[in-house]
Amino acid sequence: MNKIRNLTLALTLLGTSQAMAAAAGNPSAAHDAEISTFIGPVTTAEAAPSPDGFIQRWVVLEPINVGNQQPQDATRQTIKKEFFPNQLTVVPRDGDKVKVNDQELAWHALDSRKYNVSLYHFASQWKKSASNALFWAVTVVNVPKEMHNVRLAVGSNASSVWWVNGEEVAGVYGDIQTVVDDGVSQRLTLKKGPNILRGAIINGSGGSDFCARLLDENGNPIKGFTVSIGGATK
Amino acid sequence: MKFGYRAAALLWLAPCAFALDGQINIHDPATVTESGGKYYTYGTGGNPLVSDDGWTWRPGVTPLRTGAAPDVIHVGDRYFMYISGVTMISSKTLDPESPDYKWEEGGKIAGYESEGDFVNPIDPGAFLDPKTGRLWLTYGSYVGFTRVVELDSKTGKRLHPDQPPTDIGLNLEATTMIYHDGYYYLLGTRGSCCRGADSGYHIRVGRSKSVTGPFVDNMGIDMIQGGGKLVIGSGGRLIGPGHFGLINVADGVQKFSFHWEADMDRGNASVLDIRPLLWKDGWPVAGENMKDGTYEIESVRNGSALELAVQGVPVGGASGGGGGGRGRGLFGGTGGVIPAQDVAQVSANWPTGDIAARLANYMVQAQQKWTVSAVPNAGGYLGSPYFKITIAGTDRALAATPNAELVTLPAFTGGPEQLWRIDQLTDGSYRIVPRAESNAREPLALSAIGTRSVTLTKFDPNSDKHRWRFNNP
Repeated sequence: MNKIRNLTLALTLLGTSQAMAAAAGNPSAAHDAEISTFIGPVTTAEAAPSPDGFIQRWVVLEPINVGNQQPQDATRQTIKKEFFPNQLTVVPRDGDKVKVNDQELAWHALDSRKYNVSLYHFASQWKKSASNALFWAVTVVNVPKEMHNVRLAVGSNASSVWWVNGEEVAGVYGDIQTVVDDGVSQRLTLKKGPNILRGAIINGSGGSDFCARLLDENGNPIKGFTVSIGGATK
Repeated sequence: MKFGYRAAALLWLAPCAFALDGQINIHDPATVTESGGKYYTYGTGGNPLVSDDGWTWRPGVTPLRTGAAPDVIHVGDRYFMYISGVTMISSKTLDPESPDYKWEEGGKIAGYESEGDFVNPIDPGAFLDPKTGRLWLTYGSYVGFTRVVELDSKTGKRLHPDQPPTDIGLNLEATTMIYHDGYYYLLGTRGSCCRGADSGYHIRVGRSKSVTGPFVDNMGIDMIQGGGKLVIGSGGRLIGPGHFGLINVADGVQKFSFHWEADMDRGNASVLDIRPLLWKDGWPVAGENMKDGTYEIESVRNGSALELAVQGVPVGGASGGGGGGRGRGLFGGTGGVIPAQDVAQVSANWPTGDIAARLANYMVQAQQKWTVSAVPNAGGYLGSPYFKITIAGTDRALAATPNAELVTLPAFTGGPEQLWRIDQLTDGSYRIVPRAESNAREPLALSAIGTRSVTLTKFDPNSDKHRWRFNNP
């Protein structure tokens, strides 16, 4: 039954995608309103995590078309490729641009209205497709003191790989939905001050999003930090 | 046990893989009791046994007095030993090497209340009520009433010798009580002892809201009228379980000591054993110590399976259809039998060094099947030896890292970080603890964090993240 179910789902999502694409080509107030219920511009210098500890402020690069790829190996091979200079170290600012395959793509700072970040609506906002797409997302977490035994917990639709301060720490793979705390890193140490979180999310088709938060030794969400993105405030 | 049916000299054979290790011949063992980091038990006619870890046993030191079917309980700063008759001796420690090791007479505790009293005052079992702190003693045999009297928890002596005991059962041997979730449980052994493989011993239970009964079984039959739900009977190569004694290991981990009347692998000798105690529908049942085998190791948290962090390969190929199978088409299959995945073939694509462990949807693939094997001469814990956990068909071994994470090593080398204590929990699932944490009261245990990750965190008996099932792969 799975294939039939998947076929039905694919057709449903295709319809949704086409409708969204049509809406994107002819922006309307309703379309903008829909997007604004999920994501919006950054308007403050600092942001706190959500009550459940989810990080809602990110700088996201417009999607890179990479084709559909579900298995772990495919995702890992894809992220090994350098799409733009310093892709594993850059801390982008809102409006920064990079060139990928002769296409200029922009970084956009956003605040999510939800626990998760809807890449589907992000792509739609910038008139891009969220299908067969690679998204890069970066944020800066400021902690008041050095914190030990911290874990980064992520969920994504679909595969994703995550780095903290340049070190790969977590990944979830396959044609998957976003699940809270789906992939959890080993114990980490966050240094006092800014710490850079980076994710690469690959989506095949349909909706795409991710969520991320930091957990303490007991698995409880950490909230005692701020998120700030240089130059992102509008 | 029954007077007049004492076992003769017992034959001891070399230990095997199916029960405890070392010298374990005993009949009517006292509840296995920890003292000074060692475990002790005492059988009929003396016959003390001692163990450093609860797995390998050796002969111990005979106490001040010996007798039939003693029981031992630790209350406050003393260990009380009750001996059939019923009399009592006590000591501050069970460790003969300790300067505090000194048995003192406690006198007579119970017996015949009057001429013609329908009781056989043997097989005492002591019970400290965790709810009230009051100490009780049950006793009786295969003929006559089972009785309970209250003891002084400070002296171990009978609290009200002028008051008659309470009859709570009939024709039960080796009774004792335990408390669980608002009920008192009376456990006793029915059937015959001391006849080797012809011994019909088996352990049954009834429960009551009161320590003085009435104790009824799951069908409402009073144990004084023959009631009793089965806790453990004969099975495998072991015959005639008797003399239940509860061992509270930790929150969520209970075990019990007892003897088998006949161990076929030891020439039908009577031997000591320790099993997990489970609770199902409010009733205690015997669990199973971990057994060698190949398993899917499933997280109770979310049903995901422990696996190597490698790219899985679909069994028999990715496509399920289009072959020559009946009906053909999408669901036609290949028309042939798909063999189990060959680990030698798929592992050729795995990294050769350390590989992380993680959780994933179980897909019957080679990186998801684990072989659990007892490691000889590596010691053990209450009831079991330490185990290694390797990917089936390989020597790649699960290991704990110094920073309390998980990794698989290319080969098992016998290091302590590669040895695992696997205890069955009271709900039937298992906890998995590295050897280094084996004796900790709150050990680090294999933990499912998130839905795809594993680590070691402090065992929480109330959380599914520390519960694992070993399924047929």
